[in-house]
Amino acid sequence: MFIVKEIQTAAYLFASILFILSLSGLSSQESAKRGVLYGIVGMIMAIIATVMGQGVEGHVYIIGAISIASVIGIMLARKVEMTAMPQLVAILHSFVGLAAVLVGIGSYLDPATQVLSGAEHTIHLVEVFVGIFIGAITFTGSIIAWGKLEGKIPSKPWSFAGLQMMNLILFTACVVCGVFFCKAEGTDGMLYLNIMMAIASFIGVVLVMAIGGGDMPVVVSMLNSYSGWAASAAGFMLGNDLLIVTGALVGSSGAILSMHMCEAMNRSFFSVIFASSSLGTRTGEKKAMEGEVTALNHEEVSALLKEAKSVVIVPGYGMAVAKAQYPIYDMVQTLQKAGKKVRFAIHPVAGRLPGHMNVLLAEANVPYDIVMEMDEINPDLPETDVVMVIGANDVVNPSAQDDPGCSIYGMPVIEAWKAEKVIIMKRSMSAGYSGEDNPLFYKPNSEMLYGDAKASVEKLLSFLKL
Amino acid sequence: MKVGIPSEISPNELRVAATPKTVKRLQKQGFEVQIQKGAGAKANFSDKDFEDAGAKIVNSAADVYGSSDIVLKVKEPSVDEVVMMKEGLVMLSYLWPAQNQDLLKKLADKKVNAIAMDAIPRISRAQKMDVLSSMANIAGYRSVIEGSFYFGRFLNGQITAAGKVEPAKVLVIGAGVAGLAAIGAANSLGAIVRAFDTRKEVAEQIESMGAQFLTVEINEDGATSSGYSKEMSKEFIEAEMKLFLEQAKECDIVITTAQIPGREAPKLWLDYHVAAMKPGSVIVDLAASTGGNCPLTKNGEVYTTSNGVTMVGKLNQLPNQASQLYGNNLCHLLDDMGKAEKWKIDMEDAVVSRAMVTYNGKINWPPAPLPVSPTAGGAKKVVPPTAEETKKSEEEIANKKAVTTWISISIIGALLLLVGAFAPSAFIQHFTVFVLAIFVGWQVISNVSHALHTPLMAVTNAISGIIVIGGLLQTKNDIGNVMTILAAVAILIASINIVGGFVVTHRMLKMFKK
Repeated sequence: MFIVKEIQTAAYLFASILFILSLSGLSSQESAKRGVLYGIVGMIMAIIATVMGQGVEGHVYIIGAISIASVIGIMLARKVEMTAMPQLVAILHSFVGLAAVLVGIGSYLDPATQVLSGAEHTIHLVEVFVGIFIGAITFTGSIIAWGKLEGKIPSKPWSFAGLQMMNLILFTACVVCGVFFCKAEGTDGMLYLNIMMAIASFIGVVLVMAIGGGDMPVVVSMLNSYSGWAASAAGFMLGNDLLIVTGALVGSSGAILSMHMCEAMNRSFFSVIFASSSLGTRTGEKKAMEGEVTALNHEEVSALLKEAKSVVIVPGYGMAVAKAQYPIYDMVQTLQKAGKKVRFAIHPVAGRLPGHMNVLLAEANVPYDIVMEMDEINPDLPETDVVMVIGANDVVNPSAQDDPGCSIYGMPVIEAWKAEKVIIMKRSMSAGYSGEDNPLFYKPNSEMLYGDAKASVEKLLSFLKL
Repeated sequence: MKVGIPSEISPNELRVAATPKTVKRLQKQGFEVQIQKGAGAKANFSDKDFEDAGAKIVNSAADVYGSSDIVLKVKEPSVDEVVMMKEGLVMLSYLWPAQNQDLLKKLADKKVNAIAMDAIPRISRAQKMDVLSSMANIAGYRSVIEGSFYFGRFLNGQITAAGKVEPAKVLVIGAGVAGLAAIGAANSLGAIVRAFDTRKEVAEQIESMGAQFLTVEINEDGATSSGYSKEMSKEFIEAEMKLFLEQAKECDIVITTAQIPGREAPKLWLDYHVAAMKPGSVIVDLAASTGGNCPLTKNGEVYTTSNGVTMVGKLNQLPNQASQLYGNNLCHLLDDMGKAEKWKIDMEDAVVSRAMVTYNGKINWPPAPLPVSPTAGGAKKVVPPTAEETKKSEEEIANKKAVTTWISISIIGALLLLVGAFAPSAFIQHFTVFVLAIFVGWQVISNVSHALHTPLMAVTNAISGIIVIGGLLQTKNDIGNVMTILAAVAILIASINIVGGFVVTHRMLKMFKK
């Protein structure tokens, strides 16, 4: 049973609307769940309308592939820890990239496209070429991003002097390949396509390798955008409007999201994407650290907390790694019961994904009205008795305000040092993702509490409950 | 630079604008501090305390005004005090500029740069200098303490061998800083606390302090962008009065805190409410100085009405505590203005430009309005600059922006025409759709809150799995065909992405709760 072309187009239009509603739904807490539902309905409509359209063959394989994929997808999503969310998103992007490459090759080999001629043929070939190029970059780039987030690949930026030059040469080589590819008869261009794929894959690797771990949120969101453009390019080569629209939606929304994040870090969008001044490179003389690092034990810290009237907790990636959000919320509740004002301060780029901390705290049932943004909390910090920095480093680094030579200079930070007392829970004295030393640790009003965040919080809790 | 603190001359003013602690702080900021002899006596700070803290004691107010660059005061200066001031002096004190136009003129004529601490805008950044808040906090606390003093019973309920004691019922009207502080204090003394406010947004704050939020059936929100409540409709006020009458019969202590800056306090607790109250009940009117929320209140007096209700129209200021907080507020402002070494009167600054009511001989009042209320969403940012100059520079920037926008639009237009000239019509159609979709994506995402970035990314990721359509269109019946294999793999991985993306987003969103 087939549906006619017009009905299919109508279904596509409806699906596009649902996707737009889905994205706009995700812009507020109240409508977010509805947004996901719109997305699911839109996707189901799109798939059914395509499968039932004229000229689609191989239904058995389609149904088989989709069923297997659904099982795998549900398992993956159910199993993943909330702390491993960034990795999952990154690896899923690579799938879209790979799919775009495969669809591109398929379209090139499709006998139906061979009969095109003149400008139409050339345009189709360019579309195929561009689609595969973006797809391949997305594929390898996402894998590297996944590796960095998972800790399989060192998160330090890997870069050398001629990197920009090399990328430019490689890119030019791809363009040259493209010209030959468009001139080749029949499917003879496959050779150039293969060369280009190899180069593009390599560019993907290099691009993400050169970006430091601290910039990963931007990279993941940028790869998200790439995967959208790849889908859009596939839409052009197949002449499918739904693919074009949806791809463009994802592409532009990913791009704007990345820009928002760059603004939050006071970094130029292009310098992040092209890794020209990655975090970790200093431009000036390193300031000598003044003062002494002092440490407290758990009992002393819990005594401090017992005396405090207002406590602000600044969580960072360390909290995510140690999965400390549950004991932290237990501790918060204990403190609240003792009549203390406890709030969380979230830096816009804390963690490895934007909003990472909010997701983790939500997982532990922390109500979101005690979770404050940096701008909301900073004016209150001078009146705060104790700030607990749990597994965060760069987002509380005073150098960002007073050391122009520092690589994160100018990035807005949570002014933890203005509080009466700062307790920094950390495994060791190592530097943060940016590689910058943190003068906060040396301030007279800050005390270190060494150890794993989760174990430390549990220990504090046991003292608090005494 | 020298900071001077004169004695307060009003006999009712017990506070002082600096304490030994803030004197130390001022010195840390790089100021030299001199204080008039006996200035802190009424607030229990001796001259020796100040001297030990490093301040220089001077004998007369004239000395203080004559040799200081900055003078800190509590109450607005009298005419005699203005005479002693020198040109260019920076004066920090309460001024109530709306009521004291004559005083402003005198200060301006003297070319005194006067900062009205009561005119500090109530934005988040300025909270640390907000004397209205810090003083309201004290008043709220004290209202409960004095209310319970005049009330002849326990506040908390008890069951003892000598019999059962009913807990007192306290009604707080207006849940600003003072109201919330009163709720907290009454609650911790064990009373049953109820609170009323026309602004719905404070219900949560009231409940968080441990009181029951009273409301009327009419759905009207009194919240405004200024943070103060607006005047309500006639129906609302009638319902409110009816509610108060019911409460009057039950409640033992009523604390009213409704004040409007620069205006007479609204009359909320009327004579028939007072008449309905039980003998022995207490009304503490925190708005007494601006006319009172109750028409029977007498400012500066405590008396008992004919039906046995005690009307409290004056409160102890807790001068020691109040001086400390007021002094801290002043220190924060001086800190913000650059301390001693980088001292600067920055009229571009949102806080300084609003509070500086006379500057260089001109009266700078009233300032442009500034929205301050934390809205329900909480994320709204305050837009500070309002002065004429900033408007101008904003216009210039806007003009420049407009020019660059036009340039980029023309370039885009030219490129589009170029595409149109060469591309076949089918491509142009697709291209149109493509460009429009980019714009839609851009607009839709522009205002997502940080908290939702991760779910949003997961959902766009799932949606980008739409590439599955490509695979679907390419599958052939023949499994031996390369295209079919490629397509099947593409479908497989794209579908993992779709299903995984949606499920994981759903999981994340389930966890968000208020």
